[in-house]
Amino acid sequence: MTDLTPMLPAPEPRPAEPDSQTPTASLAGLTPKARRQRLDRLAELAAVHAEEKGRSLWAEAFRRLRRNPAAVAGTVVLLLFVLVALIGPLFVPYDPTSTAWADQVKEGQNIIPGPSAQHWFGLDHNGRDEFSRVIVGARQTLLVGVVATALGLIVGCLLGGLAGSAYGLGGRAGRRIDNVVMRVIDMLLAMPSLLLAVSIAALLGPSLTTVMIAIGVISVPVFARLLRGSMLAQANSEYVTAATALGVRRWRIALVHVLPNSLGPVLVQATLTLATAIIEAAALSFLGLGNPDPAVPEWGVMLTDALTRLEVAPRLTIYPAVGIIITAFGFTLLGEALREALDPKLRR
Amino acid sequence: MLRYIVRRLLQLIPTLLGLSVILFIWLHRLPGGPETAILGERGTDETRAKLRHDLGLDEPLWIQYFRFMRRMITGNLGTSISTHRPVVTEFAERFPGTVELTVSALIIAIGLGIPLGYLAARRRGSIVDHGSVAGSLLGICVPIFVLAYLVKEVFAVKLGWFPAAGRQDVTIDATRVTNFYVLDGMLTGEWDAAADALKHLVLPAFTLATIPLAIIIRMTRASVLEVLGEDYVRTAEAKGLTERVVRRRHVLRNALLPIVTTIGLLTGGLLSGAVLTETVYSFTGIGQFIAESIDRRDYPVLMGFIMFVAVIYVTVNLLVDISYGLIDPRVRVR
Amino acid sequence: MALLEVEDLGVTFRGDREVRAVDGVSFTVDAGEVTGLVGESGCGKSVTSLALIGLLPKQNTRRVRVDGRALFDGLDLLRADTRTLRDIRGREIAMIFQDPLSSLNPVVPIGVQVAEVLVRHRGVSKAEAQRRAAQLLDRVGIPDPNRRLKEYPHQLSGGMRQRALIAMAVACRPRLLIADEPTTALDVTIQAQILELLKELVREDGTAMIMITHDLGVVAGLCDRVNVLYAGRVVESAARRPLFAEPVHPYTIGLLNSIPRLDAGQGARLTPIRGSVRDVLPWSQGCAFAPRCDRAVEECLAGPPEITGDPHSFRCVNPGVGVDLEEVR
Repeated sequence: MTDLTPMLPAPEPRPAEPDSQTPTASLAGLTPKARRQRLDRLAELAAVHAEEKGRSLWAEAFRRLRRNPAAVAGTVVLLLFVLVALIGPLFVPYDPTSTAWADQVKEGQNIIPGPSAQHWFGLDHNGRDEFSRVIVGARQTLLVGVVATALGLIVGCLLGGLAGSAYGLGGRAGRRIDNVVMRVIDMLLAMPSLLLAVSIAALLGPSLTTVMIAIGVISVPVFARLLRGSMLAQANSEYVTAATALGVRRWRIALVHVLPNSLGPVLVQATLTLATAIIEAAALSFLGLGNPDPAVPEWGVMLTDALTRLEVAPRLTIYPAVGIIITAFGFTLLGEALREALDPKLRR
Repeated sequence: MLRYIVRRLLQLIPTLLGLSVILFIWLHRLPGGPETAILGERGTDETRAKLRHDLGLDEPLWIQYFRFMRRMITGNLGTSISTHRPVVTEFAERFPGTVELTVSALIIAIGLGIPLGYLAARRRGSIVDHGSVAGSLLGICVPIFVLAYLVKEVFAVKLGWFPAAGRQDVTIDATRVTNFYVLDGMLTGEWDAAADALKHLVLPAFTLATIPLAIIIRMTRASVLEVLGEDYVRTAEAKGLTERVVRRRHVLRNALLPIVTTIGLLTGGLLSGAVLTETVYSFTGIGQFIAESIDRRDYPVLMGFIMFVAVIYVTVNLLVDISYGLIDPRVRVR
Repeated sequence: MALLEVEDLGVTFRGDREVRAVDGVSFTVDAGEVTGLVGESGCGKSVTSLALIGLLPKQNTRRVRVDGRALFDGLDLLRADTRTLRDIRGREIAMIFQDPLSSLNPVVPIGVQVAEVLVRHRGVSKAEAQRRAAQLLDRVGIPDPNRRLKEYPHQLSGGMRQRALIAMAVACRPRLLIADEPTTALDVTIQAQILELLKELVREDGTAMIMITHDLGVVAGLCDRVNVLYAGRVVESAARRPLFAEPVHPYTIGLLNSIPRLDAGQGARLTPIRGSVRDVLPWSQGCAFAPRCDRAVEECLAGPPEITGDPHSFRCVNPGVGVDLEEVR
């Protein structure tokens, strides 16, 4: 027969189901040990199916990401930002903490020298080179964002994963564990994020570490709820039922099957949290809970200092503000594009 | 329906209890302990020891916890370190301002957000759609205090359209009834005062509304898109119903559930935002007071605020649950 | 005169690649007649029905192209503007969908959902509409209609929900009823009741009906005329009797042979059609059914087969004319 190109769109691929008929039928006469080995082998087979599905899902997502202009724009912005943050400080023209030009600044007469060939972004209110401060500040901002997000991600995923696997696979006791964990999570959610951060900052005293911890903690409940919800959805899916029916051990199902397939939404949230972390950090700095050391430039602190001089030197506000907005926007664009790319409902 | 409400109320008790335990521990863990929280840094060792005894800090922890709870329940939140007045009094005076501000912001966000989100979903892929999505994504990326400063600079300082600070012009000698300035003006018939208070609200309210607006737009869009694909919308269209009926009765009523939840979750963010917005606009609400208290490490005020916010959060979520029941008959049965 | 005349209806979805879901479908529906559209899932039968009343998702956008003509009482439905279509839908042409639970609005009482059609098309008051809605529920066999009016879809059984949907469809005594697999989602015992109800309603009101189904049993019990669809085209069209007595197209024969028969005796094997709907050939290259066909010959791949014959028409170059069913294997 000649070329049989399918004319109609292929139906959605069905979830991989292990071919259970033959092996289970022959399980009856085996010793318990052989039976266990057989089952583990089956579980591996099932796992391979799930992974294949997973891989094609990620490949498909990547394909769609590349075609999404928002995703590309977000990625470019982020790469630029990371590049500047990582290697920029090596190439800055001046020491960002040096107040060598303080005599040119006359705050009483509202004089803060603007951009010149010598100082591309001009000087700040203490007579420091603004350009160098913006570049070095990028590194601090990235650090806060990444550390805070990582903290929230790890703790949140531990809690959410615990609750999710307990509920999904643990029977009555599991449900109780889940209930307790989620009550705690709900309490954290009940607090306005800023207040929670303030409470933590009150305990630890103002510093950059405090900001990172505070922002990390406020994103914990979000990650926990998300992972739990996603795992519960997975736990009810057919391939988990199939694996359970095959006698695969519960923790194994949770670890090998449910968890990897639930990570999509978490990844999306992590990207979005990077954006909010940077913004929240600025807000904490504004409230005086940020880095008290004025020597180390950080966008949030720079912004706070500049806002009171908005009339005199609006550019001092604009540089760090634009930096924060563009960076946050880049993360948000990428996160949203990722969400769309990973959402099977939005395909086509 | 009543049973449903009562059940929801009972479910909230463990959450509140847990929160009180956390607060209690937090108070004890503060640098210097509760006596510092109350005395500030001023106390001598002698007064500290006396206070420790007076406060019962030498007694077992669980007794202290019960005392703490009794104070909380009777509404005794302690005395502010900086103003030396009861925290409850301070809150009562400033709370109306914050309510005026947050409610106006919420009205703006809902009033603009739901129609825009609906339009974006209905005209998916159009300029309206791309515009509102991009706008809302950008909206959540602007730090609110920066936006507040910029808006103030442009519309109050440069253009002079709206007042830059405060809740009402100081030259207006308005009668105070409820401390809700707009409402007071309307109650006493002092329309100038009401109009002036409203004018003072415009800039802070729009600033505070930005993030909720962005969130509501996107939530509405996603929710409406999902509902538009449902079979019952197709049924409604197949019945030849007018666009208005399809929109109201079939699309929006179903799309509203996740939107209502979102609005409930916005409470925390709104209060955080109010702290920043009120500070920038010197708006005498709770938020501004809190920002000052953070600066002064006024722990009784901060702790009281957290408890207070918890109560608000609980109330709002109860309202959300009730409206859930009103919107979706299936929730009522469960 | 024909009530509905569909001529060369085509529907093209344009995504990454073009998909021609419906390709030159023509059929007529006479007043008071029941016409069947039969085929496996994906053959284009539902797309056809939705295109007729303008309810395809994204119809009339760049993503979906609809061509051909569909004259309903002289008016071309495919070219009518939205306002005209809204007036026709629910009043002149009504539709019943497959899944009664998802097709009913979960947050609106049944009574309102029935009454709103009357309010819209008959211009009656809400109170009057509610009264008539109760009569309608009674007519479609829902007991205690006044209580049911206030209930929500989740409080009704599957059969009852489908009855409610039917009540909405017949509320304005439409001239044409399109039923898209109305019994597929129901229990077998309920299926028979619903079919019986539909049969009774169309007979009483003199309503014409298009019955869309994959179930030849439904066709046998209900339809006057049958159109068999495969891969977006009509492959065989005939009145009910000749179609069942002398099926011509190998696909129709295959469909008939896949049904278990009581008179075939125990141990007689069912003969399913080989492969699946996905194994199709583009019509431009030959007969789409050829890859799955037992009677396929070289000519099948020579080009698109034409539809021939009247009133029993078929699209096949090597038909199994007059062959006894048992021997076709």
